Amino acid sequence: MRKRHSGAVWMILPLYIFTIVFVAGPLVYMVALSFATAREGHGVDWIFTLRNYARITDPVYLQTFVESLQLALTSTVFICLMGYPFGYFMARLPEGRKKKAMLFLMLPFWVNSLIRLYGWIIILQNKGLLNNVLKALGIIRKPMKILYSYPAVVVGMVYVLLPFMILSVYSSAEKMDWSLVEAARDLGASRFQAFWTVTFKLTLPGLLSGIILTFIPSMGLFFIADILGGNKIVLVGSIIQEQMTKGSDWPFAAALAVIMMAVTTVMIAFYRKITNARELEGIG
Amino acid sequence: MSDICLELRNIRKSFTEGEEVLRGISLAVGRGEFITLLGASGCGKTTTLRIIAGLETPESGQVFLEGKDVTALAPEARDVNTVFQNYALFPHMNVADNIGYGLRLKKVPKPEIRRRVEEMLELVQLPGYGKRKPSELSGGQRQRVAIARSLINNPRVLLLDEPLGALDLQLRRAMQIELKRLQKKLGITFVYITHDQEEAINMSDRIAVMNHGIFEQVGTPNEIYNHPLTSYVATFVGNANILQGRVKELRGSRALVSLCCGDALAETGTDPVKAGEEVLLAVRSEHIHLEQNGHEGLEGTVLEKSFAAGQLRVSIKLSDGKEIVASRYGIDADVQPGEKVRFRFAPEDAVLVDRGQTPEKTAGSSAGEGMPAAEGDYGNGGNGHA
Repeated sequence: MRKRHSGAVWMILPLYIFTIVFVAGPLVYMVALSFATAREGHGVDWIFTLRNYARITDPVYLQTFVESLQLALTSTVFICLMGYPFGYFMARLPEGRKKKAMLFLMLPFWVNSLIRLYGWIIILQNKGLLNNVLKALGIIRKPMKILYSYPAVVVGMVYVLLPFMILSVYSSAEKMDWSLVEAARDLGASRFQAFWTVTFKLTLPGLLSGIILTFIPSMGLFFIADILGGNKIVLVGSIIQEQMTKGSDWPFAAALAVIMMAVTTVMIAFYRKITNARELEGIG
Repeated sequence: MSDICLELRNIRKSFTEGEEVLRGISLAVGRGEFITLLGASGCGKTTTLRIIAGLETPESGQVFLEGKDVTALAPEARDVNTVFQNYALFPHMNVADNIGYGLRLKKVPKPEIRRRVEEMLELVQLPGYGKRKPSELSGGQRQRVAIARSLINNPRVLLLDEPLGALDLQLRRAMQIELKRLQKKLGITFVYITHDQEEAINMSDRIAVMNHGIFEQVGTPNEIYNHPLTSYVATFVGNANILQGRVKELRGSRALVSLCCGDALAETGTDPVKAGEEVLLAVRSEHIHLEQNGHEGLEGTVLEKSFAAGQLRVSIKLSDGKEIVASRYGIDADVQPGEKVRFRFAPEDAVLVDRGQTPEKTAGSSAGEGMPAAEGDYGNGGNGHA
């Protein structure tokens, strides 16, 4: 008995060590770093300071934060509007087609997202596919300048993050008992009323977790802004990356990262509070 | 104004592969009647119910509700409510919100909803349960909530799809009585689905026995049980034995039938029969009496004996290879497997069934059965609802 027990501990131990070394360790290091002082030129002095956080309140950085949040919000709204119906209808497909739809959804993941984003450059550029098609249809006369603009970045964000929303909504819609919708119709609900009072309420956890899965990354996916936005759109993620590499101000980058993490944590806590409350009410 | 509340006219429905689930069924249900669709799984009874509810569209045929053709109406536009087999209670709403759902859709003022929900909880004997979640209720309690939720809309017809199927035997018996009491009290037309013949006989004013998408027979429990028209009804409802024979001669309302194992008298039923005709004869096992050391009566060989639920069942093999079962209370029977045995049954306990009917003819005739023969008279002997 004792021997088996200690055996189990030894089996789990590597996992603990791995977690401590590669997850908890860097996190603690990052938080510590955010209170350290950057040395002139290069390196870090371990002198406690709040200057890094104070620097974030600089209007330039504050505005970047606000713009990042705005972009994330805009992207997430589009992702919700497209991803929810997609996931919902996917869950209503017959069994065989469900598998096919899932395959098509996963297919792009096999190609590096950077390469896929370069594909969007070809589509969005002035003499690109989109402008050509619009011109051929007579909708526009002069090519629109889409690439290296705010909409292009939103397109990229939506494109990269949409599958996460679809999968999240799909997994909760898949568990739906559709006889509940029939019961609602039977009791006098129109199609829309039945959807709103039953289906939507029961798939809300999927939508919420989809929002978490898309909103948080969309604040940090700087390479999308870099590739499709040129140098015009700067995200918090871009600043962090810049400060880590070119700027060599690690403590400031760490402070920005800590703030991002705090925002994320608050959102997840909020989500858990909602879903836990619902579980207690018997939603499961 | 007729007394017919719900009427089905020649409903047909098939799903994939052209397999017909409903092959032209017709039925008229009186106001306040408790009618049961009885049949084995896959006979089309649930499809029939869903067509009445509007959850399924028939390929042809019509549904009339209070004389109005509702075939094309959406489920929410019909004055019909359903108690689903799995209850289908909304898991994210408490009991009171579940029951009040229909009224909220109708924008009934809140205080009135609250009052009527309380009344409903009272009616289904669950006072004080309003704040609970469906997940906190037992199967029987969920059942009551589902019924209350459907009844609060005051439907013209309440459809119940095997509502007691998931409950244990004792609770099922209690709920049968309660449902019947509720139906009598409210005077609402019930269309009830079950595969349990006892349940059907206990609760119904009339029973429609379904098989392969048609009504084999529609009638009062008494008619169905004692005067089955088809061998399917006789075996499904009454666990009857079917014997094959030829009519020797007619004696009034009875026919002397020559069976493989001897001659026996049987009721001819409503359809005329001629001497020399091949017939099937249905006799329930409790009506087959073994003749201890007799020389009279029919003959067979005992196959085996078994004892269950207070009854001794003796299976007997006849000379034409058919097997029949005789049952009686008690365990005493001086017969042993392999022995020759004599048996007999009273003429009034034997009835001729399947009067030369092919399935197509059965479909046609049962369509006629369900139809009102004349104004005010609906169905075959449908006086049970009075």
